[in-house]
Formats: sequence, C-alpha cells, structure tokens
Amino acid sequence: MIEFRGVSFWFTEDETLIEKKDEVLHNIELVIPKGEFVVLLGRNGSGKSTLAKHCNGLLLPKKGEVIVDGKSTHQSEYLWDIRQKVGFVFQNPDNQIIATTVEEDVAFGPENLGVPQDEIRKRIDQALGIVGMKDFRKKEPHLLSGGQKQRVAIAGVLAMQPEYIVLDEATSMLDPEGRSEIMSLISQLRGSITIFHITHYIEEAVDADRVIIMDQGQIVAQGKPSDIFNQRERIYEWGLELPVVSETAWILRRRFPELFPFLPLRAEELVAALCSFV
Amino acid sequence: MFIRLENVFYSYFQHTPFEVQALKNITLTINRGESIGIIGRTGCGKSTLIQHFNALLIATQGSVLIDGEKIQKKSSQLKNIRRKIGLVFQYPEHQIFEETVFDEVGFGPRNIGISGQKLEETVKWALESVGLDYQDIHKKNPFELSGGQMRRVAIASILSMRPEALVLDEPTAGLDPEGKRLILKKLKTLREENGTTLVLVSHSMDDLAMIAERIIVMDQGTIGLDSSVRKIFSQGKTLEYYGIKPPTTTRIAELLQEKGFDIGNGILTAQELSERIAEKILKAGKH
Repeated sequence: MIEFRGVSFWFTEDETLIEKKDEVLHNIELVIPKGEFVVLLGRNGSGKSTLAKHCNGLLLPKKGEVIVDGKSTHQSEYLWDIRQKVGFVFQNPDNQIIATTVEEDVAFGPENLGVPQDEIRKRIDQALGIVGMKDFRKKEPHLLSGGQKQRVAIAGVLAMQPEYIVLDEATSMLDPEGRSEIMSLISQLRGSITIFHITHYIEEAVDADRVIIMDQGQIVAQGKPSDIFNQRERIYEWGLELPVVSETAWILRRRFPELFPFLPLRAEELVAALCSFV
Repeated sequence: MFIRLENVFYSYFQHTPFEVQALKNITLTINRGESIGIIGRTGCGKSTLIQHFNALLIATQGSVLIDGEKIQKKSSQLKNIRRKIGLVFQYPEHQIFEETVFDEVGFGPRNIGISGQKLEETVKWALESVGLDYQDIHKKNPFELSGGQMRRVAIASILSMRPEALVLDEPTAGLDPEGKRLILKKLKTLREENGTTLVLVSHSMDDLAMIAERIIVMDQGTIGLDSSVRKIFSQGKTLEYYGIKPPTTTRIAELLQEKGFDIGNGILTAQELSERIAEKILKAGKH
C-alpha cells in the first residue's frame, strides 16, 4: 500500500512556502492498495507527474509524508528498499535506456541489487518474455521503436521484481501502435502487480479499477471510470475531454433521454445500447 | 500550384553501405489554402517528405518546385523559400532559446531587419494568432510557461515570419486535450483569416478529422492514398492495412453496419455521428 498523508510540495528550496501559487501539490491524501490498476488523469501542469515522483522518493514531501508498505520516504535508510519495491517508467523512452544491448539494459537493475548471475539470466528471460521482446535480446536499443523501447524499460523494472509500477506518462510520446502495445501489456500485468498509470489520454482510463483526477495540485475527483466519465461538464472544466464514444452518446441523450442511463465508454457498449433501443 | 514534387526520391546515407531509401518516386501537388493531413505508420517517410517542402532536405533525385520555381541549392533562394514555408518540428518547445517570449518570437523577423514598432506589431500578431495575450506574456521567460503555452510560443516564433504555408510535425503530441483543442482551433482560424496553407503530420485521426480537408497516406516511402478526408476516413479496413487506427467515428459506423444499422460512412465528428444515428432512430419509428 502506498499512502499519501497530507502531502504538499513546492519546487523552491525554502522549507517554508513563500507564495501559495508556488505550491505544486496541496495537501494530498491518497491510498493506493496492493493489486489495483489506478489511472491518474489531469491537464499539463496539474501536478500529476510531481505526485508520481513521490511514490518512490524521487521527490520528498515538503509537508506530510508518503508511506510505502509502512516505510516513510523521509527516512533515507528505507529509500533503497522502497525504490526496489516501486518501479518507475519515465515519459521519454530515449532517456532511460543505458546499455548497448536489450538484455544488458534489463540486467542493469538486478545487477546493482547484487542478484546472482544465474538468477539474473532467469529474470531477463522472464521479463523479456512478459513484454514480448525475447527475440530482441541481443539488439541495440536505439534501433527499436518507441513502443519497443518503453517495453524494454518496463522489462528492466520487472526484473527488479517490484510490487508496484508507476508509469509516468509512459505513453505520451508514443505513436498509437506503441500506446496500444503498452496498454495491452498493462492489462496483462494487472492483478499480479499494482499499476499506477499517469496519462492525459482519457481512453487509457476506461479499463481502470479506479480513476483519479488532479487539477491545480489537488485531487478533485476519484472513482470508477463510469462514475467519473458521466460528469461531462466537470471533465471539460478539468481540461480533459470525453472519449468520442461517450461524447456521441451524450449528444444523443439530449434528444432521447431514455437511451443512455449511463454514458457508454466503449464503442461496443454504444452499439449494443442503440441496437436494443430501435 | 504552390508546392509541387515531381518524381522525388530521397536516400539517407547515400553512397554508403547504410543507404536507406526513405522516399520513392513521389509526385504531389499542394495548392494554396489547402489543409492537408499526412498520416502513416512510424518510419513511412512522413517527416522526410515534409522536410522537402521548405528545402531542409534536397531530393536526391527528381525536383521540388515552389510557385513554379525549382529548388536548387542557392542560398538566396533557400532563404526565400524558408520564409514562405514555415516548418514546425516535433516538440518545437525544445528549440526555444531566448530569455523572453518577445525575443523568442521576434528572433526571425529581427534577423531579416524588422525592428521597432513593426517588430512589436509582428510579435503581437503572432502571439495572438496562437491565442496568447501579448501584454500578459511577452516579457515572461518562456521556460516558466506550461507545456501547452510553450508549444504555442514555439509555433508563434515560426508564424512571426508570416509564412504562406505552415507545415507542422505532430503539433499536438504530448499536450493535454484542452491544449490540443486550442491549437487546432487557432490553426483553423489562421487559415480562414489569412488563407495560410496547412500541412499537418499527425498520428491522431480524431484531430485530423477536425481540421484537414485532404489526407495523404504514406506507406514505405510512397504515397498509398491521397483523397478527401471523408473518403479516406470512410475506409476503416484500408486504413488498418496501412497501419493506421481509424478514427472512432469510423469504427462506430462500421460496428453499427455489421449489426444492420446502416448510417453511411465518412463521418468526422461526434456531432455528425450523433445526427446520423438520431435520423436512423427516428426513421425506425419507435421513438
């Protein structure tokens, strides 16, 4: 469980906040239980990346604390442990690959943990198998597509055998193919590992266990995807937008109020509702 | 005939063992005032193609003509072409370097000798064209702006040269939905008010459905399809063949058709889609 208790953060060096507008996170209270697939949405500058970087102590709260399985990120003796538990995938696929072959890149984490060679080999096999990159183990990472690079980055995280994975806008620089590769990898991993996915593509939140919305450094809503997406006006206030499917249904509902008691999120749901209506 | 490519080939690392042919025999005409989307899977040659429009790349074979004049490697000619045709790279905010928004947007015009009142007017116009308030923003440090604002400053710094065509590589990548909507809206207005020709490379079919009138599909260095946006987006299966995820509206129309609920095709927006569905519901007569 990752817990945020009254977390506030600002980027200036001062320990006391000088101006309220400098506050990037304001009094965040949040619990991410083990096993959940949580999606965090919010406009550019809403604080979602800053929040993500608190999960494994990349940033430390200026006020309040973040506790991972009972250990506070403020205590530096726990940080090593916490970072092994909470894997992190960054936005830019080109900034997080360090080795000259795919398998060496995946081995980097476990090697640093002092994992024995045989075990490392096993972990590389397993991690590359999960992300579907086994055939690329001897390849040079810079020759891969964006989606493939992100899958290698995820394999590197998996080889550390973490309990949580934080994906900090890991899909935002990818083309649609790369994005769907990562999303299907997430649906394959969910359940066995806690996933905290930060994005502004609302479509990527449709299958989440829970959606959290941030705006101006605060959590402004959380709940099941269908409950959140039914609040159309607020979605736009938060700088987001409804998926085309839900938007179409919303327009139709104004004319046929009994057509959609709940706005559908997936094309198949929209089509099924229409077919039973006529 | 504004931009014309005739049998253009382009190879990277020509005459080396690493030679890659990125464009193969491209013939293409872009007319003044058009709004064109260029799509295709990663590596199909989209970015290579658009860099020929303002002579950043020179065809290894074939010719490129701007207003009927063939591009050669003469520097006086290149300067002129690059003023006429502004190219906005992917993540253009990474190229911002000045310390104030004014200096950043004024950099190009100042370089061609514009100064004083005229410079201020130009910068003001460029910033307002992308929806930024001149008074609010011109003295700010661009690096303190939000991602969406930085992107718009970067586009304004190309616009300040008053190009006749604006060629943009993934202008909305990485932006939140609000920032994306705003940029598309401003580009649309720019075209309506100034007749600016627009060429957009994009992976987002839903974006292009909002702004493009013509779509060019690239495939392995050649042009796969070139037609009106409605025609292209009514062919879901063909798009998938070219590695493109069709827009949501196309997918819904096709799913409905499979269920015997035919609303036609070539539907671009949620609004159009809902109107077609409503007509169909009313015709069915139960409601």
